[in-house]
Amino acid sequence: MSKPDKFAGRFEFLEHTADVYVRAHGKNMEEAYENAALSMFETMTDTTKIAQAQEETLEVEAEDQYALLYSWLEALLVKFETENMLYSKFQITSWKETADIFKIKAKIWGEKYDPKKHPQKVGVKAITYHLMVIIREPDRVILEFILDI
Amino acid sequence: MGESESRAAPERVPIEKVNDYMWKIPQYKPEMRVPGMVFANQALLEKMQTDRTLWQCSNVSQLPGIYKHAITLPDGHEGYGFPIGGVAATDYEDGVISPGGVGYDINCGVRLLSTTLSEKDVRPKLAPLAEAIFRNVPSGLGSRRKDFTISNSDLEKLVTEGVQWLIDRGLGWSEDADHCEENGRMKNANPDKVSNTAKNRGLTQIGTLGSGNHFLEIQKVDKIFNSKTAKAFGITHEGQVMVMIHCGSRGYGHQVCSDYLRVMEHAVQKYKISLPDRELSCAPGNSSEAKDYIEAMACAVNYAFANRQAIMHWVRQSFQQIYGQDAEKFGLKLVYDVAHNIAKLETHDVGDGVKKKVWVHRKGATRAFPAGHPDVPDDYRSEGQPVLIPGSMGTSSWVLVGSQKAMDLTFGSTAHGAGRMMSRSAAKRQFWGGDIKSALEKRGIVVRAQSASVLAEEADPAYKNVDMVADVSDKVGIATKVARLVPLAVVKG
Repeated sequence: MSKPDKFAGRFEFLEHTADVYVRAHGKNMEEAYENAALSMFETMTDTTKIAQAQEETLEVEAEDQYALLYSWLEALLVKFETENMLYSKFQITSWKETADIFKIKAKIWGEKYDPKKHPQKVGVKAITYHLMVIIREPDRVILEFILDI
Repeated sequence: MGESESRAAPERVPIEKVNDYMWKIPQYKPEMRVPGMVFANQALLEKMQTDRTLWQCSNVSQLPGIYKHAITLPDGHEGYGFPIGGVAATDYEDGVISPGGVGYDINCGVRLLSTTLSEKDVRPKLAPLAEAIFRNVPSGLGSRRKDFTISNSDLEKLVTEGVQWLIDRGLGWSEDADHCEENGRMKNANPDKVSNTAKNRGLTQIGTLGSGNHFLEIQKVDKIFNSKTAKAFGITHEGQVMVMIHCGSRGYGHQVCSDYLRVMEHAVQKYKISLPDRELSCAPGNSSEAKDYIEAMACAVNYAFANRQAIMHWVRQSFQQIYGQDAEKFGLKLVYDVAHNIAKLETHDVGDGVKKKVWVHRKGATRAFPAGHPDVPDDYRSEGQPVLIPGSMGTSSWVLVGSQKAMDLTFGSTAHGAGRMMSRSAAKRQFWGGDIKSALEKRGIVVRAQSASVLAEEADPAYKNVDMVADVSDKVGIATKVARLVPLAVVKG
């Protein structure tokens, strides 16, 4: 069954036997991170059904760029699991990096999970480093990672 | 959604045939400290050769202090760092401990209940029974039971005391703990070593099934292969109704793994350990990092035992609600509860009759201790430890029994499940949840699931044949067949 891909250019799901393998795109790191976050919530539910009712801020830091991507997604997963929040819009508002620390700030928009409103797909257990790829070029960024489900 | 090829192609790994069910990965790279050993028939081996399973096995063989061989079991498939369906034993002091060798879902495992009912007794009430279980046992995304909440201090006690803490609160029978691996409690659990994030994730998820491949099934005994051992396990006749619960430590365990992967990354640099894959990060067994991980892991192990205990209690309640009689009347005894993702300190022969204390990492592997072993419950000791291998949705599941051969070949371990064959996106392209449900229902299997897409992803053809996996275990002799179970009703997230 094929259907038009509403997320074309933002992210796609690659083939992986056991889990969810994502490739996220962006014209810069900020945009690629935003699309990576969206793909994780799309794994769990239909993100078009998540109203951008509540705005929050999130800060994440890590020791390298792989750990930063991991921590960004994990922080959002933890928000879902501990505060029952789903998000559908993300904006990286600050990006700082030095030789030994990466730090980002983000605005995120979403609402409380409501099983009647948000169709269930599959729960994400964890982010992984397995096959994680970060391609950073002057005019485009590609992120690849696997979600353990 | 768009599909494209992944960037990293699997590496070709040399393999030498030992016999029809055993294959050796020679030390083809200088970094390999020991060979790899793969337990599979030709068909299962060929499947492993299509992804990174064998390459990951060769990576595991590079862990400092690993003994004999890195093991891939018949259900082996590509994981993160370690293949899923694998075992590695490392020296107690000079070897390393790796959280990746346990996995994110610490003590993901299986619990089996026996009943005194036969299929004919249950058939008329099967749909309401499945519905009651579906209602009583939270499953799927973000599920929880509103009437079962625990405080932070309760959680500390739960992860320290394991299933006994729930039994003391009326969620279970006194004898339940005797039929759990570790009696449902690892004694070295120390909640001080667990992050607040993990604790917060755990608070809301205790007593929930989760989603993905986790399930709860009402099953019947389809065929008994070893009636003496089956009888000892409480499996008395074909057609007997059983209940199987398959789930793990939920967000609590996932976060413990994630937190300690980060700790171990620093340890890898501190102790100058060279590794082929970030997900193998580890620390020497005698380091503070390893000790902290083991104490935190033990908390997650106990969380998972308690999680399955709470779920079992609600299954018993569901039978009471539907039949209007006490659960005891229908047996509903715990046969056994066994971990599939765990690291444990055990004593094994590491070659030439030399016994050593080793960290046995079982990632997607079932402990399979033989008759006479002190860790096998008293009432099963003359037979051996029950080994529970869940199938995939709609297929058979297996009860096997551990054996001395497992001690000789696999550090007392065997396979843990079917192992996927097909990607989730491919399964979703080929199958539709509604079709899967009606196909199962045509076979008389009642299905209650939260998510249609999970039904499609978990469709039976997406998995290896679990019968083949059990067959290889039996032929090699690392755990031998006792009984085959088939589903009557499936409850999924």
